[in-house]
Amino acid sequence: MSDQTPITTATNEARHGDVVANSKDKGWFYTDEVKEHFFHPKNFMENEEEYGDAAMGMVGSPACGDAMKIWIKVDKATNRITDLKWKTFGCGSAIASTSIMSVMVTENGGMTLEQARKLRPQDIMLRLGGLPARKVHCSVLGDKALRAAINDWYRRNGMNDKLEIEQGRLIDKVLKVTDHDIEEAVLDGALTLEKVQAKTKVGTGDPSCIPEVENLIRFYTDKYFGGAH
Amino acid sequence: MKERYFDHASTTYLDQRVLQTMLPFFSENFGNPSSFHAVGLKAKVAVTEARKKIAAILNSREEEIIFTSGGTESDNLALIGTIRAHSGRGKHVITSSIEHHAVLEPLLLLQKRGEIELTILPVDREGLVSVKDIETALRPDTILISIMFANNEIGTIQPIADIGRSLLNWKKQQATNFPYFHTDACQAAGVLDLDVEKLHVDLMTINGSKIYGPKGIGLLYIRRGTRIEPMMIGGGQERNLRSGTENTPGIIGLSTALALAQQEREQENARLIELRQRLIEGLLKIPKTRLNGHPTERLPNNVNISFLDIEGEAAVLYLDAEGIYVSTGSACASASLDPSHVILATGLSYEAAHGSLRFTLGKHTTDEDIDALISVMPNVVQKLRHMSPVNLDMKYFVK
Repeated sequence: MSDQTPITTATNEARHGDVVANSKDKGWFYTDEVKEHFFHPKNFMENEEEYGDAAMGMVGSPACGDAMKIWIKVDKATNRITDLKWKTFGCGSAIASTSIMSVMVTENGGMTLEQARKLRPQDIMLRLGGLPARKVHCSVLGDKALRAAINDWYRRNGMNDKLEIEQGRLIDKVLKVTDHDIEEAVLDGALTLEKVQAKTKVGTGDPSCIPEVENLIRFYTDKYFGGAH
Repeated sequence: MKERYFDHASTTYLDQRVLQTMLPFFSENFGNPSSFHAVGLKAKVAVTEARKKIAAILNSREEEIIFTSGGTESDNLALIGTIRAHSGRGKHVITSSIEHHAVLEPLLLLQKRGEIELTILPVDREGLVSVKDIETALRPDTILISIMFANNEIGTIQPIADIGRSLLNWKKQQATNFPYFHTDACQAAGVLDLDVEKLHVDLMTINGSKIYGPKGIGLLYIRRGTRIEPMMIGGGQERNLRSGTENTPGIIGLSTALALAQQEREQENARLIELRQRLIEGLLKIPKTRLNGHPTERLPNNVNISFLDIEGEAAVLYLDAEGIYVSTGSACASASLDPSHVILATGLSYEAAHGSLRFTLGKHTTDEDIDALISVMPNVVQKLRHMSPVNLDMKYFVK
């Protein structure tokens, strides 16, 4: 989507998350850094008309509870992101994580496009001083929207060879389920094979991949939720 | 900053008058009602008096009241207890899609284990269960029906007495004692008439923490002749149905709270309804909003409104910063990441469910609190909408 219009259509695919309290979850409440960015958001989009030419990336949907749009301006000579504006529909941590990401990407002269592509949810969380475990999926969206905006910038500048399509390793070869899909499912709160299958149907096409799926669930659970349940 | 509490459906403060009646039962009259001496006897007398007081309010017999640790335990005992006591008689249970988790979750668990066959009835846009639907769902092997008296999220009051009458007719026709009829009356207890003979219920859940009473205390009304299997096994207290030393201060507190609420309810309901209507009117002036729940068959203290294009948790946090405390049906603010099952059951879209806020008024809510909320809310909504990339058409309010 390259237009600058707001999201005006609804989607039916809402995510059925099911994150329950986990033992490592230190608490529900937000850090001071999160609050600062939530109550005083930086760089949010005031006037979309001024950014009609800017590259734009979008992720999520209002049905899921989180949707973000990000606009970037890039200095062609240095390949650095000089300006990042955003709009977010979502909870406190969704707003705060987009806001702090806008600061991280543009501070100190701005990240290069290559650096910005390497930005990970963990970097954003670290800068926010941590997020409640069940909130992790919110900040994951910001970096995805950013990568979409970077692709859009390359596309607008006729550099299609630089496009990076988000694709992962094929796990279920029949249903074309990738490791990214499983990562997403875990982030969405599916921490058992049964729940991941409810979201992705992985393994119903190619049952031989199930042991690997279970490995991935353990890996991503550990990565995002800090240990076994 | 003045703090304004609009979350009375979550829990209420303890009424000072309730506290006063409880205080002697902590250190002074600390006895175990089961003990065979003067100290125990004092506690026993107090518990008996409390039970009498409650029985008078429910128009029941004293022995039909079992004290528990709260609403969840009472619901669990009512459902699991009757289902397991009648496993030989039938497996079918009927409930609604907007029940509290303390009702839905145990039923879903029993269904998963194959102990019951469960019919979950839908509700209409206003959150009402239809008596006709219940009649249609009835089967010869239906042993239990559980429909809440008033909903905790959207405040819709169910036609419990009509359902009860309809079930009596069915029982007469079929010449059977089944199904039993349970209602969770936690939200209704301070507001509605709890006469079990008018309601025709066999089981009724009430707790203390929603009616300006203490937390950690509840009761289950069990009509005489209703067989029930206990879940707490031990010393045989509460007619063998709920073992464990009686929570004497809690029981005293619950009885005082219930008595006060029932004495004062007519006057307080009228006051709250006026405040409620003013709040609804004020908030619906904000564009792209919709009232959830029923316009009139509604708890006097409940206002639930969906604001399109914003997410509920963010609004709760902005209001919190203004000293205004509300709750949301948004997924982001719950332990699960699903939006409220109640709001979704009324046919609202996921989008609108994420933007739903619940404001529940109470004893301390004043005209000025309502004014403050009505004046702050448009700014919060405007700020969040300004930040939001979403601008949905009103048609996306409903599925």
